Amino acid sequence: MTFMNDLQFIWFSVFVVLVIGYTILDGFDLGVGMLHLFSKKDEERRLMLNAIGPVWDGNEVWLVTAGGALFAGFPDVYATLCSAFYIPIMILLTGLIFRAVAIEVRSKQPMSWWRWIWDLQFSFASFLIAFTLGIVVGNLIRGIPLGTDKEFTGQMGDLIDPYSLLTGVFAVSLFSMHGAIYILMKTEGELHDKLRKWINPSIIFFIISYATVTMATLIYMPHMAESIRERPFFFIIALINMLAIANIPREIQRGKDGRAFASSCINIIMLMALYAVGSYPNVVRAINDPAILSLTIFNSASSEKTLEILLLIAIIGIPLVVSYTFAIYWIFHGKVKLDTNSY
Amino acid sequence: MFSELNVEILARVQFAVTIMFHYIYPPLSIGLGLILVIIEALYLKTKDHFYLKMAKFWTKVFALTFALGVATGIVMEFEFGTNWATYSRYVGDVFGSALAAEGVFAFFLESGFLAILLFGWDRVGPKTHFFATLMVCLGAHFSAIWIIVANSWMQTPAGFHIVGDGMFARAEIVDFWAMVFNPSSVDRLLHSVIGAWLAGSFLVISVSAYYLLKSRHLDFAKSSLKIGVVVATVSCVLQVISGDSSAKGVAKNQPAKFAAFEGLFRTEAEVPLVLFGIVNTKEERIDYSISIPKLLSWMTFKDFSAEIKGLNNYPKADWPNTKAVFQTYHLMIYMWTIMFTLCIVSCYLWYTGRLFTTKWMLRGLVLSVLCPQIANQAGWVTAEMGRYPWIVQNHLRISEGLSKAVTANQILGSLLLFSFLYFLLFIVFLYLLNEKFKVGPESYTFGPAPYHQIGNQIGALPEELL
Repeated sequence: MTFMNDLQFIWFSVFVVLVIGYTILDGFDLGVGMLHLFSKKDEERRLMLNAIGPVWDGNEVWLVTAGGALFAGFPDVYATLCSAFYIPIMILLTGLIFRAVAIEVRSKQPMSWWRWIWDLQFSFASFLIAFTLGIVVGNLIRGIPLGTDKEFTGQMGDLIDPYSLLTGVFAVSLFSMHGAIYILMKTEGELHDKLRKWINPSIIFFIISYATVTMATLIYMPHMAESIRERPFFFIIALINMLAIANIPREIQRGKDGRAFASSCINIIMLMALYAVGSYPNVVRAINDPAILSLTIFNSASSEKTLEILLLIAIIGIPLVVSYTFAIYWIFHGKVKLDTNSY
Repeated sequence: MFSELNVEILARVQFAVTIMFHYIYPPLSIGLGLILVIIEALYLKTKDHFYLKMAKFWTKVFALTFALGVATGIVMEFEFGTNWATYSRYVGDVFGSALAAEGVFAFFLESGFLAILLFGWDRVGPKTHFFATLMVCLGAHFSAIWIIVANSWMQTPAGFHIVGDGMFARAEIVDFWAMVFNPSSVDRLLHSVIGAWLAGSFLVISVSAYYLLKSRHLDFAKSSLKIGVVVATVSCVLQVISGDSSAKGVAKNQPAKFAAFEGLFRTEAEVPLVLFGIVNTKEERIDYSISIPKLLSWMTFKDFSAEIKGLNNYPKADWPNTKAVFQTYHLMIYMWTIMFTLCIVSCYLWYTGRLFTTKWMLRGLVLSVLCPQIANQAGWVTAEMGRYPWIVQNHLRISEGLSKAVTANQILGSLLLFSFLYFLLFIVFLYLLNEKFKVGPESYTFGPAPYHQIGNQIGALPEELL
């Protein structure tokens, strides 16, 4: 490995960290959004909404920065992905806009029809974002047809197939469970007891879709398991993943919601790690000729000079970001309550 | 059913629609951010709850503009890749690091501390809260820095070299600081940020004037109006200096664009400054013009007989749309003139003690909120249309920057989708803004009750909170 390869690897890792940050943080926002309609009382809905109130906007920034990092470090990947996933990205953006508006607007009027409209929008937009993200990941795992000029050569319709629909459902189940645990952690009293009953179905939903996706991946996408077959060391990721998932119902049972949430975060990190290890060094797999046409972290990266600058930006910036993210979550820790500043 | 040409036009229209709509909000956030810092500093200094109420009110308005800025900004970020994939490959190495710096340094700072600014009133002390406000304001300004650096690089590229040829050609960084401080970035950054201060201060002025006219929240309105007028007056003065320096830079670095600003078809000496006129592209002259002889030569080169390059130095196919650029450029200047006049008159009335009671002036000030918005939009249209036919000046043409995998139908579809969405968003924005103004600052008087107390008596809260 040359210095350049190191840089490429490091910047790819930074990108993965940003994506993981987004998945963990906005993941529970999306989950809370999808669960929003299951509660019928306005006060409960407000409590759930305000559990993510101070942080959802900041969580979305992880996606923005991940996009910027991709553009900066791997412009070819950014350009190919954005133009190939044109329609999913438009759906994603629409979902993000609708969610933002719904959160801002819903509590501004007391009429129940008014709140219902925005609640429906909030919930449906959250679902749409989660499902679309899942479809995009499914396509990245399967691969998309690419030309020698690194451009997408397929049709938009090709992006929808049983496997990508399955990963879409999987993303929905993952975020629902994650969101349910988060909201359990942030509430108390009657709502808390009610939510406790939602946890089991959401865990079961997650485990069923996880098992199905894993089987489908091993059967239909054998390339994802190749690098772990070659380097058995990485099997540890799968093991930790299993343990983290198994720990969730255990901690919930014992009433340790914080630990359950931590396990859920580890679950997400391990899932992303499995994906990253499985597809490495490809970022966009070319289904038509994976060995030659795929966009790897090596053939699609920016110049050495740029990666060096980016490394410097990351070294200065990431500790700052992590420290004030922690500070802010610490300031808003504890059970959610409604006050004059609430949504 | 659509030809190649339509992809280009549709992609340009889409970018114009999304960026112009987006650009309503960030200037307001930047300008209001500055004003919030001023108000909270006054609160820290005087410990007067009056300023706390004021800060809370403007924070709510700030939050709204910020939320819409983020929602519409994400669209912009992905649009580079969706509609302009070839451009993204070409500039990624240069442009990307500015964008990544923006995400890491600006957005996180802004959105993170915004949580404290909005929801932390009763959770942190006033000093911590002031710090959070300062960070949000700083973050907002940082976000302007990086994106304008990136855009300025497209106007006056520097610090890079071209690698590869034909469709594989791309720009690679050789000198980061030369890229950051390219010939136009400082001028354009200052010009845009001051424009943002004008947007924020005139919003404050307009709302305060409205309350004064309606005789509501008088103390609040008087204080806000004073702060607004001070910020606006200072910004107006700074803006003319920055504008002058900016225009000189354009004349030097992008002469074709400058010629389009001024409607200058032929290279001439002793060029007059045209104040009004209609560009006649067929006859290549300006009709109905009112102008001051030799002044443009002097303003540009400090020499009444200096020669200024005209459009005739460039192939006609590469001319920017002079008709439009000339008008938007002048529109921006007219708007400045109006704002400056309003500021001077306001200061005079304030000095003579009549500012809060002069009805005709207050009515004018209510409408003044439109001036910086029009000026900001017109200025950007001028800057971007003036660069035609280049997406990266002298290196990459707009027509070469498009996505190859994207069809006209997809762009048309998403264009219609976003136009519709943004139309709805704008209505929601105006509605929410109006609600906040209707409620006014007084609603924040029953605070600041301790956080936990309010939580316990949730059933007994006033109705407007539920």
